[in-house]
Amino acid sequence: MREETPDLVEMLRKMILIREFDELAIKLRSAGKIYGTVHPYVGQEAIAVGVCANLTDADRVVSNHRGHGHCIAKGADIKRMMAELFGRVDGYCKGKGGSMHIADFSIGMLGANGIVGGGLPIATGAALAAQMDGEGNVAVCFFGDGAVAEGEFHEALNISSVWALPIVFVCENNQYAANNAVRVQHPTPDLSAHATPYRMPGISIDGNDVLGVYDTARTAVDRARAGDGPTLIECKTYRWYFHAMRHAPPPETRPAAEIAEWRARDPIARLSADLLARGLLAAGDLEKLRQQIQAELEAAVAFADASPFPDPSDLLVDMFAQ
Amino acid sequence: MRQLSFSQALDEAVAEEMRRDARVITLATDFTGDPIKEFGPKRVRFSPISESALTGMGLGAAGSGYRPIVNWRMVTFSFVAMDQIVNQASKIRYMFGGQARFPVTYRCSTGGGMGLAAQHSQSPYSMWMHLAGLKIVLPATPADAKGLLKSAIRDDNPVISFECSRLNAVSGPVPDGDHLVPIGVAEVKRAGTDVTVVGLAFYVQESLAVAESLANEGVSVEVIDPRTLVPLDVETIRASVRKTGRLVVVDEAPPTCSAAAEIAAIVVEDPATFHALRAPVQRVCAAPVPVPYSPTLEAAALPDRGRITEAIRRVLVANRLS
Repeated sequence: MREETPDLVEMLRKMILIREFDELAIKLRSAGKIYGTVHPYVGQEAIAVGVCANLTDADRVVSNHRGHGHCIAKGADIKRMMAELFGRVDGYCKGKGGSMHIADFSIGMLGANGIVGGGLPIATGAALAAQMDGEGNVAVCFFGDGAVAEGEFHEALNISSVWALPIVFVCENNQYAANNAVRVQHPTPDLSAHATPYRMPGISIDGNDVLGVYDTARTAVDRARAGDGPTLIECKTYRWYFHAMRHAPPPETRPAAEIAEWRARDPIARLSADLLARGLLAAGDLEKLRQQIQAELEAAVAFADASPFPDPSDLLVDMFAQ
Repeated sequence: MRQLSFSQALDEAVAEEMRRDARVITLATDFTGDPIKEFGPKRVRFSPISESALTGMGLGAAGSGYRPIVNWRMVTFSFVAMDQIVNQASKIRYMFGGQARFPVTYRCSTGGGMGLAAQHSQSPYSMWMHLAGLKIVLPATPADAKGLLKSAIRDDNPVISFECSRLNAVSGPVPDGDHLVPIGVAEVKRAGTDVTVVGLAFYVQESLAVAESLANEGVSVEVIDPRTLVPLDVETIRASVRKTGRLVVVDEAPPTCSAAAEIAAIVVEDPATFHALRAPVQRVCAAPVPVPYSPTLEAAALPDRGRITEAIRRVLVANRLS
């Protein structure tokens, strides 16, 4: 079960790992080691980590195209993630999925998804299964502000509420749906307002405050575990980089002042400072943590590099379960 | 043997599988009969009209240990769930590297001839055949309807059960007991030597009626019912054509990119079967129009016994000397 007191140092470690993983992924994509597309999660780390710190392997999450952070927060192995990005057989999907389709069903990570809003019905089905099981497990769906404009969002909220399903809808409002600002996409400044007509609790919070995210998610997860139904949480945040890259990072189109303002609200710097101030972490510990993470990432790259490409003769393997 | 209608046979299949396996649940906006009475509201879910949510929930629940049956009611409503069918259901196993099973059955009525006009008279199975990743069954008799639906529910993959509207009230013998029809196995419904007619759904019985009438003229027609479109029992069809040297395919979908087109292709691309052909392959399909409402127009749009007979006569006359 979930710890009553979260392990704050572990949360910090995971946030740094997510950031460094994606910083590295950008470099490796530019260098051609990663083959397809990359949607970096940098800047949003507090959300995945703050939410998933409330979950066990028996709880299921569904992610979106910007999914590396959700995978790591849920406990995925970065070696197998990196191998998947490299398109190798030891990747989570044996190289068949790539960045947008990483899944690890053994830890309740039901997959990233390349379609905005596409994961919402699937997560709702996982919540139906959890309700049928009756063991107090929950489902969590991560999606962006863009998905709120999709019909699947509304269908999922409606049916979840009608059936009181144990699900937490986590909207990561990073201010841009692809390259369109949230203000030109939605008539309401707070996307949690959509909870009201569906008769579920809705709350908009600072998505860069991992402890606030943790506490809000805990309330929602506890509510779901108790059988009291879904919650919509809007986490306001910002992605530091582009929507997606292929061969090279695309040119920045957002205002420099806006980017600077959000970078000043760095969720990792904030938690580090908090832990240092509380004496839960010494300056040397932080450096050690970063070194450990760099070593883990180097090991992940070595693992991915050593893994072979899939054999073309395996093309049709995994089509149908026998 | 017991006589059951097509729709009774389908209801019986669902009830038997729900009795057999507590993990079978069913979701739909409406049900025939009163399944809640026996199975309760937890396993029989009357849902809001949210086809995207239902279709994706089937996947999420299937990936979480359940065996859902999602009934779209009419295939036309499935188009509302395009994302979940096309981007999710057909790809979810393969793109995640085969790490999970998705035993979900999607049911829908199909076909015209009921005065339901353009939207509700469609037979779009070839759209889903095209996707790779979905199994598709299309029964033509009550016994096959029951046996195939039971196999679909037990299958560990997404299966679409197309259930022809015009057959609903048709009765036929259904074996007692645990009657299963394997997915992917065609049946020779009538043996013959002069021409192979592959009929689909309603047009199996129409082809049989034509075969009976032509038998009086000394023409021996072999009628094959594929029963499953994915995977298609290619060898049974080819073997029949190698024997008769002539092929007529009858279906009520329009011919372009249709199941009939696929059947013609798998016959002519096989060298041995191609060399055995003594006449050009003929398709008897719907006119390439939205199915019209008025009975005279609807009848003109859909195949009938006269057109099947004409096609058979054409291939009998066109005797290629090889």
